[in-house]
Amino acid sequence: MSLDRARARTEPPAPETVAPRRGRGTELVLLIFAIGIATFAYVSVDLGALGRVPPNALAYLGGLSAATAVAHIVIRIRAPYADPVILPIVVTLCGLGLAMIHRLDIADGTTRASTQLTWMAVGVALFVCVLLFVRDHRVLSRLPYLAGLAGLLLLMLPLLPVIGHSIRGARIWINVGPMTFQPGEAAKIILIIAFAAYLVQTRDALALAGRRFLGVDLPRARDLGPILLVWLAALGILVVQNDLGPSVLLFGIFVLMIYVATERISWIILGLLLILAGGFAANAVVSHVAERIEFWRDPFIDPQGQVAQSLYGLAYGGLLGTGLGQGRPDLTPIAESDFIGSALGEELGLTGLIAIILLYALLASRGLRAGLLLRDPFGKLLAAGLAAGFFLQVFIVLGGVTRLIPLTGLTTPFLSLGGSSLVMNWVLVALLIRLSDAARRPAPPSSSSSLADTAVTQVVRIR
Amino acid sequence: MSELTLTVIKLGFLAVLWLLILSVTSAMRADLFGVRPPKQPKPQREAREAARQNRQPRGAKGTPTRAFIVEGPDTGKSVPLDGTPVTFGRGADCTVPLSDEYVSTQHARLRFHDNQWYVEDLGSTNGTYVGNQRLTRSTPVTARSRFRLGKTVVELRK
Repeated sequence: MSLDRARARTEPPAPETVAPRRGRGTELVLLIFAIGIATFAYVSVDLGALGRVPPNALAYLGGLSAATAVAHIVIRIRAPYADPVILPIVVTLCGLGLAMIHRLDIADGTTRASTQLTWMAVGVALFVCVLLFVRDHRVLSRLPYLAGLAGLLLLMLPLLPVIGHSIRGARIWINVGPMTFQPGEAAKIILIIAFAAYLVQTRDALALAGRRFLGVDLPRARDLGPILLVWLAALGILVVQNDLGPSVLLFGIFVLMIYVATERISWIILGLLLILAGGFAANAVVSHVAERIEFWRDPFIDPQGQVAQSLYGLAYGGLLGTGLGQGRPDLTPIAESDFIGSALGEELGLTGLIAIILLYALLASRGLRAGLLLRDPFGKLLAAGLAAGFFLQVFIVLGGVTRLIPLTGLTTPFLSLGGSSLVMNWVLVALLIRLSDAARRPAPPSSSSSLADTAVTQVVRIR
Repeated sequence: MSELTLTVIKLGFLAVLWLLILSVTSAMRADLFGVRPPKQPKPQREAREAARQNRQPRGAKGTPTRAFIVEGPDTGKSVPLDGTPVTFGRGADCTVPLSDEYVSTQHARLRFHDNQWYVEDLGSTNGTYVGNQRLTRSTPVTARSRFRLGKTVVELRK
């Protein structure tokens, strides 16, 4: 994706004669469809597992509709040109996650689904706040270094003695009063903003200065500094907090964003080499990582383990699934969090799991689409970074669940149980909505043409 | 709950899920295949009358009826050739405004005269080329002719 060249294509032909399509009606229809699917899933879980319609089905429908309606109305007021398919996809994913958490509640005798619905309401509240207070995404680019520092500090928070909190060996939680929160989820978004703002300033130096070696453009050492710094920070977090997922994710997002900013494939090669080197080093030094890789190579050395149970579940589900409420997804330890993908794959089958992955792919493609249409380089990079990070996260966690790559602990966006992940993903979607609104909003007609008239013609130099 | 009902519910749910994906993709259809171009505003009366006076019997051999931009940042744009002069350039008042940075504000003009289209350079910075020849005066062009301004290549077609 070229940052400058795309500008030309987006110039609207004649803004005063074209009534731009806002797509809010489309969004409303799709939202009603999405809420219908969510309720259908919720009811059929109870029908499958208990053989009755859940008594609180109407309350569930009401809660979901209310949260969705608020988000839709705020989009109508504050981002009228936003992409109409983003919100319906998110609501569908949330609904599927809620239904599956409710299904695991039935099996385990807990009430986590209502907690999750509450968190979704908190997420929608933050979504509304972002749309209300971030009127123009460019304000986010003002303080790249401060944002970067804030992101790293948030990542470090769980290491502090009093508020830091460790669950299942990973020290990534902090205690806020009676609740726990994963600051890493917020750090991810802040770091993407910081990366985008930083790369807008330095992309020319990264792309153009440096030597060619074996057909690959190598950047200069001083431009390489930040990527090495992030690589070291990511590895540091991994070693100290014992958490593989976020560090791989952060590093991957950074490499992809550099690639988008500079259009040099050499960064991808460099990033893959660094991640391989980091993986080998971690395998040798950190026992936690070596164990994960061992389970990846042969999950059945522990038949009761997560990966083995997940594979059994997926095989039991087969092509069409067991039907909602009729499988045994609760056999997988902690199925409601990292392994919700395999729980859904068991009960909806390959057909359903592919549908879910497609929903994620459509969402990421809408983000990239907004990036292509946007006229400012910061917005382009931010949209590409958010979309890439989002899809990378889905790939890392679903790849781990299905044993494509070694398992790393990450949440499945919108599906997994967990307040911090859900809330922060709603913030991420709010930023995407804001960006797509800016991308699809027709440009003021006067400025572009007057610019073209006064701009200096570039001279072709012949030798 | 009978086994059959549950199976129907299961398959129904999968069908509805895929139906949602289909509706989402059809909502995005405009991005994939492009939106229908908005109706052009009716041309001014005098322009239309001038066009009518200049219009020649169609179908004369080699007379192009449309100019397409086939290379450069505005690839895909086209303009009908109905007898009125067509100007190319970066300025907003050109018939075909281009966003190529190597094109001058007023770069080149297509002109119809004596049943023949001519291309002429309007004193541009980087010149207008037919083949390797930089234009110094009006040059006749026919269907399939190409000329280049900046990084943009225009082709005339019937």
